[in-house]
Amino acid sequence: MNNNIFHPFVLPFVLGMAFVLTYCVVGLIRVIWQLPKEDRKQFLISLVTPKTIWANIRDLFGDCLFHVKIWKRNPLLGYMHSSIAFGWFMIIVIGHVMLFTLKPLEGVEVEGFARSFTNFYYPIFYKHFATETPVFAFLMDFFLLMIISGILIAVVKKIYSKIVGVKRVTKFGFADNMVRFALWTIFPFRLIAEKSNIMAFWWLYSIDLMIFMCMLPFTRYMHIPTEALFILLRHAGLKAREPRKGFALAQLYSCPSCGLCIDACPMSVNDQKSGNTSAYFMKILRNGDTAEAQRIAETCLMCGKCVLVCPVSIESCDIKFSQRAAVPYEIHSDHSYLDVISTEAERSGDPSGARAFTFGEKISTKPKTLYFAGCMTQLTPKIMRSMKQIMETAGENYDFLDKDGGVCCGRPMILSGKPAEAQAMIAKNTELIKQSGATKLVLSCPICYKVFKEEYHLEGIEILHHTQYIDELVKTGKLKVGKGEVNYVYHDPCELGRAFGVYDEPREVIENVGNLVKAKSEKVESICCGGSLGSFRLTQQERDEITQNSVDDLMFNKPDEIVTACPLCLKTFSKKSPVAVKDIAEVVVENLQANN
Amino acid sequence: MDFGFCLSPSSHVKMDSVDLTTFNRLKETNPDVNTCIACGSCTATCTAGNFTEMSFRRILLMLQRGKEEEAKKMIQRCMLCGKCTLVCPRVSTFVRFC
Repeated sequence: MNNNIFHPFVLPFVLGMAFVLTYCVVGLIRVIWQLPKEDRKQFLISLVTPKTIWANIRDLFGDCLFHVKIWKRNPLLGYMHSSIAFGWFMIIVIGHVMLFTLKPLEGVEVEGFARSFTNFYYPIFYKHFATETPVFAFLMDFFLLMIISGILIAVVKKIYSKIVGVKRVTKFGFADNMVRFALWTIFPFRLIAEKSNIMAFWWLYSIDLMIFMCMLPFTRYMHIPTEALFILLRHAGLKAREPRKGFALAQLYSCPSCGLCIDACPMSVNDQKSGNTSAYFMKILRNGDTAEAQRIAETCLMCGKCVLVCPVSIESCDIKFSQRAAVPYEIHSDHSYLDVISTEAERSGDPSGARAFTFGEKISTKPKTLYFAGCMTQLTPKIMRSMKQIMETAGENYDFLDKDGGVCCGRPMILSGKPAEAQAMIAKNTELIKQSGATKLVLSCPICYKVFKEEYHLEGIEILHHTQYIDELVKTGKLKVGKGEVNYVYHDPCELGRAFGVYDEPREVIENVGNLVKAKSEKVESICCGGSLGSFRLTQQERDEITQNSVDDLMFNKPDEIVTACPLCLKTFSKKSPVAVKDIAEVVVENLQANN
Repeated sequence: MDFGFCLSPSSHVKMDSVDLTTFNRLKETNPDVNTCIACGSCTATCTAGNFTEMSFRRILLMLQRGKEEEAKKMIQRCMLCGKCTLVCPRVSTFVRFC
């Protein structure tokens, strides 16, 4: 056979490529097939909706190609990843573009079917078969060197990861390490082969490509093709329903196991616990070890930090929820008592001897603002007292929804993987709130805030966390506060900050009553207090380590007091903090002006 | 003890014939239950206990007495709000059990 058409060394590459393409097509069909019917419809519609088309294009370029999120995290890490991924992409694109301009070495043109077959591997091995115009040749060399510069950084990162701002990296098994080694050597081999035209290097280059492609589906490198699909599915607004099917499966394969979530995770304050982080969870679930995945899902605090630092935006918390829900409980909750005990007569007929539902009467006074303290605030009555004083001072027409104990908001049930069984509580609270005729609902607990915002249907009722409410009262002049001399540091509760981006309101309130100093990690980076209801498995000792780490982080600039906006954070920090821990409402009450 | 008459149903438990399988399983997954001093803080703070007879202290007692069915019936009322773990002076962590 003519030497400028074919050489056996292209075969490993052709085999690898054929395998990986087949695998991806089958995988694509499988993911879409596994989507529930309504999700599939939603996905297909989103592909033709102009708004999502724009978002898709933006993120396909921004995330898959330019890796904007990694650049933002650490420029050197961004360069490392982009130079390899973007450089490789450019080599493939330019390689295919220049197919039209290649000049065969021995002047023999390839025609017809042979031409389309050679097109498959010509761009990969072109220097062996043909010559190129100087411009294209320069571009190809340029991007090849760019890739090799990225690989050099990657090799240094393997030895000393702090160079790219990463303290802990994911530990890999044999397959991942082997593919990584193949990836590192592909390009140096190509460079040597192109420059020297030694057959052995062409073979090594081709075999490396084959190893990379054949192993790709079984390693973290599967994120390369899957991420594109994941972006499309994510913009369709889908949510993971089953831990290893459909959308969740696409997410499992999109996880590059980069390990950025390991440093972020509050649990990895103890190095031995860093195996509980999302990077490992995704890997373990992908490999099908559901028992271990279940253990990690139940250990997770659900603080949501890994989701926000993830360069691929994988909703790992949703997958953990679906994993929790996938193991059925032996005992089904029964909250039917919430329906039957709303009146005295029904109550007396209840065999379990239920106590009175005391807030039924008060609600009929038609207040404008309804205050729901929530279970956790019931345990920190100083927040309730402060809120009462604030609302009275501001002259608000208010009422308590749960002065003598209320119904749980339902969030803990959802966190436990029992979303359906939370509905009884959601329905009861909705009924009581609607009865009250209030137009504004104020909550003291971010745990409640999240579920009220996401699961409740309270049309026409404004739902506010008390930080937002106090900020509003101060801004409208209803509440006059004086500025003290105390230095406060503010802790962002996970379910208020990361979940809803309520970062500015509490800070503005604190700036009005004192000096706000910065914590080491703020806003998105804020560290969970360790008291989260999200985890079922962390022992008190493990939680204490997390709390101590979070307190140390807050004490970075030596504040006089720690301020938080969550009763659970307040309780948790109080045990470990060297300074006073207060709720934002308490701090405001302390600084109320006399002439209100 | 059965005298042939009573004001309330007998709560007599024959400890010899009690089936402690469930309680032992609970002790395995949640070793913290061994440290319970039956102070009743959990019952006092319980959100569900505000409306029903729900009492975590009694659930532990029932399981120790082998009254599994009663315990299961009572635990259905739990809203999982977590207040009991926060007020507990001894037990701190509950691992999903059933």
